[in-house]
Amino acid sequence: MRDAEHRPDPYLKIENLWKAFGKFVALRDISLRIEDGEFICFLGPSGCGKTTLLRAIAGLDLQTRGTVEQGGRDVSNLPPSQRDFGIVFQSYALFPNLTIERNVAYGLENTGRSKAEIKERVASLLQLVGLPDQGRKYPAQLSGGQQQRIALARAIATNPGLLLLDEPLSALDAKVRVHLRHEIKELQRKLGVTTVMVTHDQEEALTMADRIVVMNHGVIEQVGTPTDVYRRPQTLFVADFIGEMNQIPATAGGEAQIDIGGVVMQLASHDFPKGHAIVAAIRPEDVIPHGARAHEPGGDDKIETEANALEVDVAEMEFLGSFWRCTLKHACFKDGNLYADFSMNAVRRLDVREGGRMTVELPKSRLMAFDRPEG
Amino acid sequence: MSDAAYTIPEGKNIKGKLSRDDLIMRASMIVIGLYLLVSMVLPLYAMLSKSVSTFRFDLAAFEVQVSDESGANFSEPVTFETLNERLGVVEGLDFIAGSDGRLGVTQFFPDFSFRSPVMYRIRSNQEDGRFLVGSTLHTGTEWLELDSNTFRRVQLRPEQSYGLGNFKTYFSTPALSDSIKNSVMIAVISTIVTVSLAFWFAYALNRSCMRFKGVFRLIAMAPILVPSLLPGIALVYLFGNQGFLKELLMGAEIYGPIGIVIGSVFFTFPHAFIIISTALAISDARLYEASVSLKASAWRTFWTVTVPGARYGLVSAAFVVFNLVITDFGLPKVIGGQFNVLAVDIYKQVIGQQNFEMGAVVSVVLVLPALLAFALDRYVQSKQVALLSARSVPYEPTPNRRTDSIFFVYSCLVAVFIVGILAVCQFAALVKFWPYDLSFSLNNYRFNRMDGGGWAAYFNSIKLGLLTAVFGTAVVFFGAYLVEKSNGFRTGRTIFQMFAMMPMAIPGMVLGLAYIFFFNNPENPFNFIYGTMTILVVCTVTHFYTVSHLTATTALQQMDREFESVSASLKQPTLKLFSRVTVPVCLPAILDISIYLFVNAMTTVSAVVFLYSHDTALASVAVLNMDDAGDIAPAAAMGMMIFYTNAGARILHLIASRGIIGRTQAWRHR
Repeated sequence: MRDAEHRPDPYLKIENLWKAFGKFVALRDISLRIEDGEFICFLGPSGCGKTTLLRAIAGLDLQTRGTVEQGGRDVSNLPPSQRDFGIVFQSYALFPNLTIERNVAYGLENTGRSKAEIKERVASLLQLVGLPDQGRKYPAQLSGGQQQRIALARAIATNPGLLLLDEPLSALDAKVRVHLRHEIKELQRKLGVTTVMVTHDQEEALTMADRIVVMNHGVIEQVGTPTDVYRRPQTLFVADFIGEMNQIPATAGGEAQIDIGGVVMQLASHDFPKGHAIVAAIRPEDVIPHGARAHEPGGDDKIETEANALEVDVAEMEFLGSFWRCTLKHACFKDGNLYADFSMNAVRRLDVREGGRMTVELPKSRLMAFDRPEG
Repeated sequence: MSDAAYTIPEGKNIKGKLSRDDLIMRASMIVIGLYLLVSMVLPLYAMLSKSVSTFRFDLAAFEVQVSDESGANFSEPVTFETLNERLGVVEGLDFIAGSDGRLGVTQFFPDFSFRSPVMYRIRSNQEDGRFLVGSTLHTGTEWLELDSNTFRRVQLRPEQSYGLGNFKTYFSTPALSDSIKNSVMIAVISTIVTVSLAFWFAYALNRSCMRFKGVFRLIAMAPILVPSLLPGIALVYLFGNQGFLKELLMGAEIYGPIGIVIGSVFFTFPHAFIIISTALAISDARLYEASVSLKASAWRTFWTVTVPGARYGLVSAAFVVFNLVITDFGLPKVIGGQFNVLAVDIYKQVIGQQNFEMGAVVSVVLVLPALLAFALDRYVQSKQVALLSARSVPYEPTPNRRTDSIFFVYSCLVAVFIVGILAVCQFAALVKFWPYDLSFSLNNYRFNRMDGGGWAAYFNSIKLGLLTAVFGTAVVFFGAYLVEKSNGFRTGRTIFQMFAMMPMAIPGMVLGLAYIFFFNNPENPFNFIYGTMTILVVCTVTHFYTVSHLTATTALQQMDREFESVSASLKQPTLKLFSRVTVPVCLPAILDISIYLFVNAMTTVSAVVFLYSHDTALASVAVLNMDDAGDIAPAAAMGMMIFYTNAGARILHLIASRGIIGRTQAWRHR
């Protein structure tokens, strides 16, 4: 980020954006660059400011401070009608008294297009969203998923440079949601339109986004690709919000070492001074189970870093379909637990059972350290 | 994160550029806001300032000299105050005058004769003192010499000042201030009776399995279609001096509080019924199931579940009825007799005595209880909204032969009361001469032979109703749309919203009087609408603005908030969205507003009674005037004409609604 100033201008550039509602500050000094054709997700818990940021980009609720540039044009104080975007809302916001065709055609009217052109364009848009035969129906006659596709068709009808999606899938049931998120992603790829989607659903963000902007309390916690934010969360909030994460109180040791309740383990690196209160974190699926031959040299089951191996009690096992969620105990966790996800295969092979003992390794490359919040 | 990161850095907030739509919407909102300012706020202000302007004869300000028989040798100047001390011509309250007050001077000279050769000199010792000689106004301190014959035409004019003098006079005149007590008493009694009757009626319709519920509901709504003074006429026929049920009163007079209360119950019943019925309809069945499973008795369930559930409805209905009764003018005018109430006092002061200042004072007095009831009602209603829950399960009554028949009998009694009143009016209108000659005749429909405006008044009323419905609906709905859906401009919207809520708290009499003060002023640029149909339309739209506005607002709030955002993102003008989507979707509400305005324009008396002219006489006012002139049967006939017209309008409205909704609201059906 240090050389941001020297990069060519992105499609959408947000700089030092603030938004206050009376005394409440909803967005704090947000700066963000979005490249042409990118699919960006704003991800965060409700009230984190993600929708506020989207509405500022659209001009629906102006920011209090800061600038928004779109395609090299400063749009900071322009009303929505003078910006270039299409938008889809959670409620679809389809005009209930107009047919599907007229809904999609709404933005095409008064733009110098002939009736025949409009008709053709509407037909191709309906084809594009996979509802070619529904044009004469009214919105209430379609299912939620179909309505949302029509809303999408209406939003892209005028070929906007930017597509904004405000929780577009939240009102749909789970199966439709999975199906539609795939379709939206396909459509976006086909059109190449720069897209910003707001969501509170991490799975949605991970599967759809080119880059995810994780937000909390009005600030951006991290910007990165889905694998980035999942594999290398930069803050404890991101680590906790996306996926599942074991959080174990620990203190920083010497270089690349941490002390978990007396057990000193290795990790890739950390920036904390020795003795600093930290949280050691590892995802359940990253905990590696080992069998009896783990300590023997040369085997497939060889422990990589001896220091990171623990002899644990298996307190509980919970069957979750494709894997087992095991609750593991060790003196170094004090009263806390270590959760680990083991495949069916591993459980059978290593004969893991409730009340038994086993060896696990917290691999050096997967173990992370975060500043421990006070209190 | 440091604290500094939580506060916005110094600097100017971003100010958004306004789009063309924003400008159009703001400009339109300002236009409608100005309309409300001119049609309500300024007239009320004019009235308020009138109520604090006092006129008083200042006798010390005028001096007079009298000559001897020869016409020369004038006496020393003497003020009229000195003369009055000697003679006591003018006393106490006589000093208080209206703006038109005049005081003749000859009464200060007991031996005055207009044939006498005695000469008089008169002057004011103050620059702004005014007196008339004939119709010529004199001011300034010059002496004016007049012969006896001219002197008798001298009249002193009162001095204007501002203060609470009128209010002092009002409260120290029992004949006037007793009306407060009377009005409040009538309103309280009527409220108790109406709300109790309406509660059990609504209860019967919502919670029993009796038959003919639809018919009962229809009958309960009928009084809305007639002017409030019509029940007064029916009561005169039933219990008046020649009434055939007079004995039932056992010597009591129908003219007075009894008549007003019975009539008030009649015309306020539908209002209370709607509110209470709505409150009972939204009760949650789960509470009743819980009560039954706890083995509570029916009586206990009633007091612990039913009444608390409907309490906001009851309180709200009480305030509405109180407000309607205390501000009503037509009914006490017809059947009040010598029993004075505030609304009639305004009329008497203004039309009877031409004392506009005192009329304004009574108006201010009347606004206070009305305003209080209105404010409390708004407060209670805001609570009721919070009570609604989307997960409530509607209550389904189960048949019970005994209670169902009790409720049926009760509902029949109420229905007989309502239908009876209307039937008596219709019957009286169709007979030759009640009660002596009961043969059929249409004589009473020859309105052109009576005072009050004739058939022209009836057609004027229809014209007023249609104009009010069309013009009013357009203004109200567009205004509500602007307030609900425009961006930013918060101050403007708040002021507009306040203006829109005000008319509900302003009694019709007060509004009408305020219009006289404001529009009849020759210096007012809008003076030209005085005495025209326009002022009647403007006044009626304003009078009934609030309920229409709330209906529109409710409908608009049910629309998706994001329609405007989508439309803007598609670069389409907001007005296109308004005409292509908002209006079609809200059409049922728009039709409701227009029929509400039409019916009220047909029945209203209070505001327009001050404002109609010879060419714009109205049917409802004709009922009042014919009754006043003793033509009670024609008055009843005209009242029933209003009823049939309104009933017809409602049926048309129903058919039109069905037709239009069927055609334009196809989208509602799956």
